[in-house]
Amino acid sequence: MEKTYAEINARIKAGKAVVLTADELISLVEEKGLSQAAREVDVVTTGTFAPMCSSGAFLNFGHTKPRMRMQKVWLNGVSAYAGIAAVDAYIGATELPEDDPLNSNYPGEFRYGGGHVIQDLVARKPIRLKALSYGTDCYPRRELDTTITLDDINEATLFNPRNAYQNYNCAVNLTARTIYTYMGMLNPRLGNAHYSTSGQLSPLLKDPHFQTIGIGTKIFLGGGVGHVAWHGTQHFPSIQSGDGRNLGPAGGTLAVIGDLKQMSPRWLVGTSYVGYGATLSVGIGVPIPILNEEIARYAAATDHELYAPVVDYGEAYPSRTPGNLGYVSYAELKSGKIKLNGKEVPTAPLSSVPRAREIASTLKQRIEQGSFLLTEPVQLLPSPADGRTANFLKG
Amino acid sequence: MSPKRIVLRFGADISDKPVIYRLVKDFNLVVNIVKANVNPRKEGTMVLEITGEQWGEGLDYLRSQGVAVQDLNQEIIRNEDKCVMCGACTAICPTGALFLERPSMEVHFDGDHCIVCQLCLKVCPMRAMEVSL
Ligand code: SF4
Ligand code: SF4
Repeated sequence: MEKTYAEINARIKAGKAVVLTADELISLVEEKGLSQAAREVDVVTTGTFAPMCSSGAFLNFGHTKPRMRMQKVWLNGVSAYAGIAAVDAYIGATELPEDDPLNSNYPGEFRYGGGHVIQDLVARKPIRLKALSYGTDCYPRRELDTTITLDDINEATLFNPRNAYQNYNCAVNLTARTIYTYMGMLNPRLGNAHYSTSGQLSPLLKDPHFQTIGIGTKIFLGGGVGHVAWHGTQHFPSIQSGDGRNLGPAGGTLAVIGDLKQMSPRWLVGTSYVGYGATLSVGIGVPIPILNEEIARYAAATDHELYAPVVDYGEAYPSRTPGNLGYVSYAELKSGKIKLNGKEVPTAPLSSVPRAREIASTLKQRIEQGSFLLTEPVQLLPSPADGRTANFLKG
Repeated sequence: MSPKRIVLRFGADISDKPVIYRLVKDFNLVVNIVKANVNPRKEGTMVLEITGEQWGEGLDYLRSQGVAVQDLNQEIIRNEDKCVMCGACTAICPTGALFLERPSMEVHFDGDHCIVCQLCLKVCPMRAMEVSL
């Protein structure tokens, strides 16, 4: 059995496509078996809603009178990168106000940053725009202090260089002090364990070999529509193994792009990690076309087959000491406790499963209604077989 | 005199000391234990109502023993519009007032179990937990 994108899209247009969320596919496979499920189902929808630091938006403000080549730009006091053309800037999710106390009063609060600016923009709140310049013959203006809203400016393009991490560490703390990390507050001596994917609903865990997700893939992004632009930064997909067992994929990432103006503040949420910094939580959903049985088999992987490595963020992670404390399945993580070094450790997610489920069902609805067709990638992303590996800095 | 409501938080080293007994005996206080909880890490929390002349001295004594004492005139509420049900607070909340329901993985808040330690105010990445005075 092989299906094509064109056939699936024809069925979507005819209102006949069978679309299931990844959770529903798992139930169907349990009930009818893989082959039958693969034949019946056209599309499987996935979802994730979690902090994704490598996010931001390109903005074009429109020109002032007289004209200005904005050299420094601040949005609600948060600096945006203006080293591009005259009235273009990039607001990054983790940028902080210049007068933020940071970690000087440890652990810092990081209540407002670039991610919050992006959420306020999509919420259609007025944003204070300040800019400075040195003045040129063609761009004489040197100062600007005004208010903008998302609807006033020309373009606002969300472009996130690294999102939707395929899999992520389960973070613990082996030291004797409380630590504050991008994986949340970790209590001393294995006091808690934090993990951050939606497991069996998570997009890239369901297409480990990148057989369907590629450049141009149309996705749910921030409540609206977006596309996969490229592979994400640090895209090093691999298949984890331990004791001769396949422990599921890890390491893939996506660069995604979409028009911020059609997104929603429910799905782009400014986020603050005490002692660490500010970021943006992003909602992403990827549809997986069930082109054949193999793709269905991967899409039907359950929390029992997908594993996260347990990493000590007290010592090993900051010092970049390789290795981990073992692997735990998402089923164990979601149960609320795991066993580590003979100790029962309470677990908690940083990635919202209820929101991930909402994304998968919203995407399913859009496809069923015929308002969301699938795109065949222009080019697939590098897969584990391509053997991309990380480089590290010297010094 | 109306009773004073306070929250006590103490580490594993205090759990087996008779601090409440001393409070009653040495400071002549009437103590009503409203809630008490010891978590798996043996850290305890207790909500007390105390009445008596020497309550100030009694609280000083508790502090000298390494017990954190806090007034309980505040209430913690969850801003439902801001909470995204991520779960990041659930392994931090010492009493299980913030907890995940399984298998839905929805996060619930049970104010009856809250001891106003305010840890969630600090760790909630969405700043969804608020103090209402
Ligand atoms: S950490 Fe905050 S947003 Fe997340 S579940 Fe708890 S209260 Fe809700
Ligand atoms: S203040 Fe927050 S963390 Fe503390 S007990 Fe109440 S809900 Fe739990």
